[in-house]
Amino acid sequence: MSLDRSQVENVAQLARLQVSEDAMSETVASLSSILDLADQLQKINTDGVEPLSNPLDATARLRADDVTESNQRDAYQSIAPSATDGLYLVPKVIE
Amino acid sequence: MEWETVIGLEIHVQLSTRSKIFSGSSTQYGAEPNTQASLVDLAMPGALPVFNENALRKAVAFGLAIDAHIGKRSVFDRKNYFYPDSPKGYQITQMDEPIVGLGEVDIVLDDGSTRTIGVTRAHLEEDAGKSLHEDFEGMTGIDLNRAGTPLLEIVSEPDLRSAKEAVAYLKKIHSIVTYIGISDGNMAEGSLRCDANVSIRPKGQTEFGTRTEIKNINSFKFVEKAINVEVQRHIDVIEDGGTITQETRLYDADKNETRSMRSKEFANDYRYFPEPDLLPVEIDDAYIQDVRDHLPELPDAKIERFKADYSLSDYDATVLAASRAMADYFEAVVDVSKDAKLAANWCMGELAGQLNRYEQEISDSPVSAADLGLLIQRIQDNTVSNKIAKTVFEAMFRGEGSADEIIEAQGLKQVSDSGAIEAMIDEVIAANPGQVADYRSGKDKLFGFFVGQVMKASKGQANPAQVNDILKSKLQG
Amino acid sequence: MLDKTLTQLSAGLARGDFSSVELTQAYLERIRSHNADLNAYITVTDEIALAQAARADEQRAAGNANPLTGLPIAHKDIFCTEGVRTSCGSRMLDNFIAPYESTVTARLGSAGAVMLGKTNLDEFAMGSSTESSYYGPTRNPWNRETVPGGSSGGSATAVAARLAAAATGTDTGGSIRQPAAFTGITGLKPTYGRVSRWGMIAYGSSLDCGGPMTQTAEDAALMLNTIAGFDPKDSTSMDRPVDDYKARLNEPLAGLRIGLPKEYFGDGLNEGIRAAVMAAVSELEKLGATVKEISLPRTELSIPAYYIIAPAEASTNLSRYDGVRYGYRCQDPVDLEDLYKRSRAEGFGAEVQRRILVGTYALSAGYYDAYYKKAQQLRRLIRDDFQTGFREVDVILAPTTPSPAWTLGEKSNDPVAMYLEDIYTLSTNLAGLPALALPCGQVSGLPVGLQLIGNYFEESHLLNIGHQYQQATNWHQQSPVL
Repeated sequence: MSLDRSQVENVAQLARLQVSEDAMSETVASLSSILDLADQLQKINTDGVEPLSNPLDATARLRADDVTESNQRDAYQSIAPSATDGLYLVPKVIE
Repeated sequence: MEWETVIGLEIHVQLSTRSKIFSGSSTQYGAEPNTQASLVDLAMPGALPVFNENALRKAVAFGLAIDAHIGKRSVFDRKNYFYPDSPKGYQITQMDEPIVGLGEVDIVLDDGSTRTIGVTRAHLEEDAGKSLHEDFEGMTGIDLNRAGTPLLEIVSEPDLRSAKEAVAYLKKIHSIVTYIGISDGNMAEGSLRCDANVSIRPKGQTEFGTRTEIKNINSFKFVEKAINVEVQRHIDVIEDGGTITQETRLYDADKNETRSMRSKEFANDYRYFPEPDLLPVEIDDAYIQDVRDHLPELPDAKIERFKADYSLSDYDATVLAASRAMADYFEAVVDVSKDAKLAANWCMGELAGQLNRYEQEISDSPVSAADLGLLIQRIQDNTVSNKIAKTVFEAMFRGEGSADEIIEAQGLKQVSDSGAIEAMIDEVIAANPGQVADYRSGKDKLFGFFVGQVMKASKGQANPAQVNDILKSKLQG
Repeated sequence: MLDKTLTQLSAGLARGDFSSVELTQAYLERIRSHNADLNAYITVTDEIALAQAARADEQRAAGNANPLTGLPIAHKDIFCTEGVRTSCGSRMLDNFIAPYESTVTARLGSAGAVMLGKTNLDEFAMGSSTESSYYGPTRNPWNRETVPGGSSGGSATAVAARLAAAATGTDTGGSIRQPAAFTGITGLKPTYGRVSRWGMIAYGSSLDCGGPMTQTAEDAALMLNTIAGFDPKDSTSMDRPVDDYKARLNEPLAGLRIGLPKEYFGDGLNEGIRAAVMAAVSELEKLGATVKEISLPRTELSIPAYYIIAPAEASTNLSRYDGVRYGYRCQDPVDLEDLYKRSRAEGFGAEVQRRILVGTYALSAGYYDAYYKKAQQLRRLIRDDFQTGFREVDVILAPTTPSPAWTLGEKSNDPVAMYLEDIYTLSTNLAGLPALALPCGQVSGLPVGLQLIGNYFEESHLLNIGHQYQQATNWHQQSPVL
């Protein structure tokens, strides 16, 4: 399956990755070759096969509703790129 | 052209668990920013979610309350999108296999008729954090305390036909979730939030028109206004020959208008897929039965019981059963006063009035149900008249003491001493010879004038029945 | 001293032949001499190591030692270690001082193990050569012009070059076993869910598995005894009893039924590796095993299935790296979109970005059924093939890799060529099975290996077979001359 440039741009937008003009053609080519590899799957008939999302087909174990965490804000925000008054800061969000 | 309005609601209910849906952080409202944000809530590298059983239990309780299908197997999915209040870059939600499937609720309309509204599904998911747009050095501040609070998203069928119906449905859901105790339902704190999908179509047409979604409406009043203004916008656009664009809009309460949300302008592709960090949730019949066994009485059942046990009218029973807090209060008043009719009148009249006046919730009422019950006893034993009791109640509401203390302190005890009443009546007759003559010549309507004068003289404390009797005989004189 | 196995060093400490501080100093000395050249470690934690060693010696003096007390080991830099940079081989996390400890490193720490440092890896564990690290490639100590394999190449080189007595690794598609094979050490990928993923930075969540990288199977058993087990913080961790992995080491192999999957011995297999693996098979037959050919017919399809599932999961696992709460943030973002796009484009390397894009595509509207869902269906078929095999045999034996270590840079510009090298390891991750990689020979001076694949939770049996094989052979004792 070969991709075109606009598809790659769309995927890059969804993934929030800036793909530079220089890298674009190589990105298009390498993604296309990977998808060629992936397309071997299309030859296989999987009708009626339940997808396997956990290898052991295990089911959820539930947690009791207890508060186990305490305030660690100072420690956690010491590694933040930008924080003030206990808030993480990002460029202005417009709704 | 006559238009029909089609509305579906997506109601987000914060479940009142102690800890978050996937982490052990507290869900307490109002904490300092980011003090309730753990490694999991902050999406630290390597941190993993673990599902809170109490969130599951509450979701199942809701499903049972609306007689819905309960998913014995439910699966969490990732909904992928970038936004600063969504720290993982995806929201954990349920897509194809929700915990609650098809159900329905009945709503009562203003004309007394009932409509059944379909609930498509209700699924568990995590709440996002909050973006604070006040100026922080020209930046937006992110508080992740709310991130990971359990939400039940209740999705209705497009069965609602007016803003009023939408409000009635929202109130019904509010009543159910607070009744069964799965949410505090506090809309001001965002515990219950509503998105409305609105479209119009020519009356009689079966296909739906293009819909718009109004996001995050946070009060009953605004739901009605926002829908009405959006419906009118649809009509105006279409009647002007335009077309409606499918989009998300925000309601601006100050301007009473909706506007397009800029941040959501390009279509997203959420790339749902099963959350590999969580395994499918499986529950058995015993679990469901256990939740059922712990369900409290639901509003509809309570209304029927109020009518049967207390001989209340349909209207009174419906008003009193509208919230679990009011229903519980009412029953506690009955318990003490032993008079359901008086208890109902007082709860719906004076109590509701005072709460409304001071903008208080019944849970915060300064007058307890037991205290109101005692006041009603004082009416029953003729210590005070119904009218004086209202004065006493206002003082109780202001925190001036119990009914007996206020009656004593302010000397409000009813005068039932016939000698004292006679003396007062004699004075009134002596002071108003003209009116006495008129009355005796046939102006019966003047009787009320004499009652008023006597009550005034007694500062309202004379026993009205005695006043009537004695006055009648003296005037006939 | 440094050529000894973990088990021998444990005995030496117990006898008092040397102290943990002495042993730790010796390793730190050797790291100082050779790490610049091999680039096995991203971060060497000298001070922490010496403090832990001193504490271990005190514990031993107080009579509170257990088998791992005082043993110096290295951690793949994908495990969060509190207060220590945990980079995952990425510029994105170059400044990330982990605020908490992973379950694997915490368990080893409480057992008294000493942390020498954090080892190099392919960025976010995405690679088979440890060339995609932000910190530069790790070299194979057997031949510095070749790769050590990946993604746990730093841990493999550290153990092979005796820069650590043992190391932790993670295996998503072969990342423990393939570098173990390339560097001549022993590596165990446990059953999915046997070792907690808490604090182990996610690549492909439904495939990721932490495990030991050691000189011998016996050492792997020693480490697994500490790191295996249920963890309430990981929902995919299995709540079932843990074996004593050393208990069965000495059981004889008489009656053992070994299956050789014919698809693993096809045309693509290097002849030297084929010969080495078949020699090992003969050795096991001498020890009492019987051998039969089996078929795992969908082996080749494990490559496309894996290279959809792993990138799909990775694409969303890596969405959290947005420059907001930790990690790399671009200079002067003009708006939120710019913050996201440039922080991620500048913070992630080429292969990581490639896999994010592939994974995003595979999950996107209109392609989900054809790619992700299809791959997950195939995954069930692959698992079923193994179960069919295990009805006839006790374990499956196969080469770990189709070829020995390749030259640095040889496949860097051809991702698909690199992916094809993973053909023998991917299926076990897709099926969630345990597999033990053992060195079994050399080809042109480079180590090559075999792997034993067992049924779920049969790590004890794999370690038993590995240990018996190593009792009879000496490939595991070979070490490179530095």
